[in-house]
Amino acid sequence: MKEKLGLSRDRIAEARELAERICAPVMDFVEAHSSVTVERATLRLAGADDANADGVPVPNLVVDRLRDRLEDGALKWYVNALLRQGGTVESLNRKIAEGLDVSSVPLGDEKAVRARADELVDRGFARIRAARERRDAMRAEWKGRNNDPLLYLIVATGNIHEDVKQAKAAAAQGADVIAVIRTTAQSLLDYVPYGATTEGFGGTYATQENFRIMRAALDGEAERQQRYILLTNYASGLCMPEIAAMGALERLDMMLNDSMYGILFRDINMYRTFVDQKFSRMINAVAGIIINTGEDNYLTTSDAYEKAHTVLASQFLNERFGFAAGLPAGLLGLGHAFELDPTMRNGFLYELAQAQMAREIFPDHPLKYMPPTKFMSGDIFRGLVMDSMFNFVSKATNQGIHLLGMLTEAIHTPFMMDRFIAVDNAKYVMNSIADFHDEVEFRKDGIIVRRARDVLEETIGFMKEIAGVSLFDSIEKGMFADVKRPKDGGKGLDGLVKKGPAYYNPLETRLKNEAGLR
Amino acid sequence: MSNIVRPYGDTLDDGKVQLSFTLPVPDGAKGREAARKLVLSWGFKDCEVVHSNPLADEFSFYIAYGKSEASIDYESVVADEATEAAYLSMDEVNEFIKAKIGRKVVVVGACTGFDAHTVGIDAIMNMKGYNHHFGLERYTELETYNLGAQVPNEKLIEFAQKVNADAILVSQVVTQKEVHVSNMTQFVELLEAKGIRNRFICIAGGPRIGNKLAVELGYDVGFGKGSYADHVATFIVRKLVEKMGN
Repeated sequence: MKEKLGLSRDRIAEARELAERICAPVMDFVEAHSSVTVERATLRLAGADDANADGVPVPNLVVDRLRDRLEDGALKWYVNALLRQGGTVESLNRKIAEGLDVSSVPLGDEKAVRARADELVDRGFARIRAARERRDAMRAEWKGRNNDPLLYLIVATGNIHEDVKQAKAAAAQGADVIAVIRTTAQSLLDYVPYGATTEGFGGTYATQENFRIMRAALDGEAERQQRYILLTNYASGLCMPEIAAMGALERLDMMLNDSMYGILFRDINMYRTFVDQKFSRMINAVAGIIINTGEDNYLTTSDAYEKAHTVLASQFLNERFGFAAGLPAGLLGLGHAFELDPTMRNGFLYELAQAQMAREIFPDHPLKYMPPTKFMSGDIFRGLVMDSMFNFVSKATNQGIHLLGMLTEAIHTPFMMDRFIAVDNAKYVMNSIADFHDEVEFRKDGIIVRRARDVLEETIGFMKEIAGVSLFDSIEKGMFADVKRPKDGGKGLDGLVKKGPAYYNPLETRLKNEAGLR
Repeated sequence: MSNIVRPYGDTLDDGKVQLSFTLPVPDGAKGREAARKLVLSWGFKDCEVVHSNPLADEFSFYIAYGKSEASIDYESVVADEATEAAYLSMDEVNEFIKAKIGRKVVVVGACTGFDAHTVGIDAIMNMKGYNHHFGLERYTELETYNLGAQVPNEKLIEFAQKVNADAILVSQVVTQKEVHVSNMTQFVELLEAKGIRNRFICIAGGPRIGNKLAVELGYDVGFGKGSYADHVATFIVRKLVEKMGN
């Protein structure tokens, strides 16, 4: 890739070293802890599924009963019950759903438990591998048929069957990626609902069955168009690792997953979030799922010009946490957004500078670029022009994943025709500037080059401040997004588990091995 | 005196209206004719379908122009937008508080219920504000607390009591299936049950919240799309002085 901004490689390396220094103490903490949802994700990958008559999922039924004994890990109890009961995993799940308490089954021979656990782990990984191989095969078969950047559209009706219609239409219009927005507040549920769902607020529940339904529909559409259609959902909130596990099993291709978003914007406890994000990212790494990080949120809540450095700092941290969980650069869809005030003089040049800067600092990462939302007003005509400018910057700086802006942003959830207009706009702009990136260079010491340099410098200064006080303290002090979160505050802290000396989780060990962490 | 008006295209009273919509039928001559007849059925006298496009196998998109003979007597129209009243600037609000209230005015805000969107409450409260209107946090004579999103009504009220709030801002962005109405109603009912409704100035806000709806649900005022912090601050200080006078 051609570098146009003349950014100092030493300064970029310095920022990466700072990120490593900032993240290291967090990773030490993470290593010593598990959480209720990490345990449930482990059970899910080992085969726990189903729900009781009240809709409480089997993984929750198991972990809730073991609440005081989780320091040893939940898996051995589940496997022990399986051995004692005989029969299949499915029949055990049914028995648990009907009231069997695995914590009351006396522990039998440890060697036998470990041997059976290894079999279950093998089976889980075989399913993940099969999904990954299927994706690789389809992408290879239809290589070169997707748009570049990938065009990303959102559906959100609340009803998975209605979502399917919208998603198929969106794919038919040219979208490469379909994201199913989750219902409001799912991030704060400490369980994953079970089965197909037809009601939601502002989105659709993420459930394994809903994943399966949408996957099948998009595969059908992909076949029709001879073009792979990627499916996206959210591995975020209080069930981050479990949703990553479901995504790995049902072949999702991307998951929204940020190391700090839940802390800052959903008031989830910071310790819990850091523990959960690591486990979820290891699963994503093994499953070949691209994560999308949430830096755009820094700009929707604060000024996009003044706070550009917080985006870059967060990208460095998300990259570091990603590497620490085994995610390669190619799976790190670091986020950023086109959110400058449209009345700002030369705003377009600054957007171009920031997008190009991200491209050059993260050359192998499929950057996820988010459209204008904050200044979308209800004036759909102005909105369409803003989206066109955004499309221009995205193509001109070679972004990887392009979330299409909607001219009706801030008015309603997109109409089918809104999505069509968005795809049509992007295709027009991107085709007509197809080789712009290779053709145009920036003036040395001009506005664009200076802006990128300034943001990088400010980022390094900001990261030094964080490194000086620790990441935990800097979140507590409100250094990110002007949001202050106390260390012991937020939701989900009571679900954090300190691993005991006998903590047993062969699935975690296997994840670490396969993610190349050992 | 009346003042009869119609939509204006390029000539007075030509009644020209721009329309775009989707039909669940395939694109083609039949779809375009269906679109045209549909527009005529809405009372338009003429209709020209200027563009159509397929959206999916069974869906098509239309852009049409219609000519309307409907009119309205502009003089008979009464608007209910609270934001239309002349409002004070940030400095004027601060001066007003110093002169007429003589203490800091306490404002608590949150996006309540399951609604996770802080964008509305942040636009009004955050230091930075929105679209060159500074947020309430920047007003020197206001003491503000932004509790963020997904705050249960009970918590918001509890907090408002703790800090002795003068005004409570309730933000609602998600309006799907009318969830905002039940949530906003519950808030007022809780206050009434505790017998403290009159202790606070209650303000509702959100892109789809009108003053009319808010007042119907028992709020003092509602601020919709196009409202800024100065509108909200002006309302709070004027209302507070009015309450102090009673």
